[in-house]
Amino acid sequence: MNFERTWALIERDMRKFFRSPALMMSTMIFPLVQLIVLGYAFGGKIKGAKIAFVDQDRSVESRQIREMFDGIAAGPATFRIVDYDSAPHAIDDLRAGFVRGVVEVPRDFSRRFYQHDRPRIAFSEDNTDQVMASSLLQSLQDMVTAINTAPVQPRLDDQVELNVVEVYPYIEYAKYLLAGSTAMAIFIVAMIGGGITFIDDKSRGLHEGYLLTPIKKTELVMGMIGAGAVKGLMAGMAIVLIGGMIVGIPGLWNPVRLLYLCLVVLIASVAMISLMFLAMVRVSDPLVPRAVFGVLNMLLFFPSGAISPIEGFPKWLRWMSVVDPFTYTVHALRNLTIKNTGIEGIYSDVLLLSGFSVVMIVSCIALFKRQL
Amino acid sequence: MVRMDVTNKESPLMNAIEVDHLVKKFGDLTAVNDISFTVAEREIFGLLGPNGAGKTTLIRMMTTLTPPTSGTARIDGHDIRTDANGVRHALGVIPQAFTSDPELTAKENMLIHAKLYGVPSETRISLINQLLESVDLMKFRDALVGTFSGGMRRRLEIARGLVHAPKILFLDEPTTGLDPVSRANVWEMIRNLRDKSGLTILLTTHYMDEADKLCDRIAIVDHGKLAALDTPARLKDSVPGTDAVEAEFDHAPDNWHEQLKGLAEAEAVTQHDNVTHIASSNGSSTVAALMDLARARGVTVRKVSVQSTTLDDVFLHYTGRELRDAAGGSMTYDVSRFYR
Repeated sequence: MNFERTWALIERDMRKFFRSPALMMSTMIFPLVQLIVLGYAFGGKIKGAKIAFVDQDRSVESRQIREMFDGIAAGPATFRIVDYDSAPHAIDDLRAGFVRGVVEVPRDFSRRFYQHDRPRIAFSEDNTDQVMASSLLQSLQDMVTAINTAPVQPRLDDQVELNVVEVYPYIEYAKYLLAGSTAMAIFIVAMIGGGITFIDDKSRGLHEGYLLTPIKKTELVMGMIGAGAVKGLMAGMAIVLIGGMIVGIPGLWNPVRLLYLCLVVLIASVAMISLMFLAMVRVSDPLVPRAVFGVLNMLLFFPSGAISPIEGFPKWLRWMSVVDPFTYTVHALRNLTIKNTGIEGIYSDVLLLSGFSVVMIVSCIALFKRQL
Repeated sequence: MVRMDVTNKESPLMNAIEVDHLVKKFGDLTAVNDISFTVAEREIFGLLGPNGAGKTTLIRMMTTLTPPTSGTARIDGHDIRTDANGVRHALGVIPQAFTSDPELTAKENMLIHAKLYGVPSETRISLINQLLESVDLMKFRDALVGTFSGGMRRRLEIARGLVHAPKILFLDEPTTGLDPVSRANVWEMIRNLRDKSGLTILLTTHYMDEADKLCDRIAIVDHGKLAALDTPARLKDSVPGTDAVEAEFDHAPDNWHEQLKGLAEAEAVTQHDNVTHIASSNGSSTVAALMDLARARGVTVRKVSVQSTTLDDVFLHYTGRELRDAAGGSMTYDVSRFYR
């Protein structure tokens, strides 16, 4: 194999890449926008949800409950309480979407309280929005638990407590999403370099010019994958660094950490560009890569655990995540960005991505046609 | 009737190209049908034929871009089937479509090709400058190729095809789409390459004047077959008559063609569409006799013209149709792309 020929193709792509700022920007804009918009839109704590409060008991005890709601409204601000006189009116407004839930203290609440006859509060939730409903329910259950707690603790406490230890400081969703956005940037480069540009060059006849030279098909394939990998490395690291600064990843500039990040991004770039190249190796129609872009994005990005845990997927989707190179890219990058692990957190992903790349490259070389 | 001097017996030089019964089939379609010829060193050899005649497929087989179905060719002694790399080193190829990268400069295009051909790094830049100078593009060396005119781009591609100092140059329709001035420039460049650099040149064209003015020998290709092969002068001599009379008539009687054959100096009469072609050894005498005959028979002569024999007449003579009809009338496409 003549590395000068392979390098000539990489050099060609680099010159074109740096000459086209629009192409460079387009590879980075989408992942950054995704990181900022999706990262801050999802995963935040609910604040200021309007809750209708209907006090039909009007007792000291019901006012105590009302005060607890006011406490939450003033503190974590999960709720904003709106008083209603009538339960049916409140329910109508819940259905119309003016309030997110209705808390009703029934007429016999204080009587049952004093008779120790299971006093009840009703919570009507808008379960069309599962995220909001479960968040509000959790807050209300915490509040009810606080009401039920005896003011004086018994001498021997027979209740089991669960003490939670958080290994890492609170991780905002945007930080969690950074790994996925970086993988997305690499994918876009792979799609443009390994798909769209490759087919466009073929249809414009540029490849015919190379096929007329003594270049071997291994050199040609390695040159094209190499060029894509270098571009993927640049775009991926740009997103890691720019995105990392936006979402506030601490210790981002640690040289060892940067080295590991470069390693993961480079291997992931090789894996994705070779996958894309294999998918397009026999394609001639320039419309094909454009048409399959969205489908491939959906098939690779979402099953990878980039935006939500794989453990929450149905079985068939979990299998997709097993064969998806995005999965290992996201896992390794997440370990490096939010868990700050060393090589122990990435070596298995790097090995898997390397093995995947070798299979893809060998298949590309086997299927690439040296003749027209 | 087919004139077929497939070897260049007059030249004492070695054969640079030997094409030996090449056949290319795409499914049921035979694009190249058993073509054989040789091209001597330092010869400018033309493949003349309409679009879809099989010229490009033939070139693609000879440049190792397409495998032949049967037969073979030797380029500078390298067999296209067994020594593809030897062929690629010996050849400079300027394909029909532009293959230079429009997003790179002229110098970058040359540089990348020089690296792909393994041109030594110490001589690369000086060689590239020399070649760009020779095609009058030195002052545009750092301009993006996307900004070049068609003629400039073709000149750049010719220079790029020479970057590895090949012995043989293939040009596939080098002047298609160029304006007359650019065409003349390319012709001059091709002549200079042969005269000054001693290159063997094989070009394909569907322009009669191009083949006539540039080529030492011409092979007429039609429907994938070699219809005739010789020097332009001998091909013209092979057509009956030295002049061609073309005429259109109204109110011609049924036996009109038979009567025309008896005209003074007329050698052959053929009809294509509404135009009658008369091959004559003396055009003016034939026209005078024709006018007398038409007047006597009450036939109206709508149009008449006389011209010396051209390659168009040669093409008509050997293929039974005019080149422009073959190019436009049959609407043939390069079907090979559908079989890739």
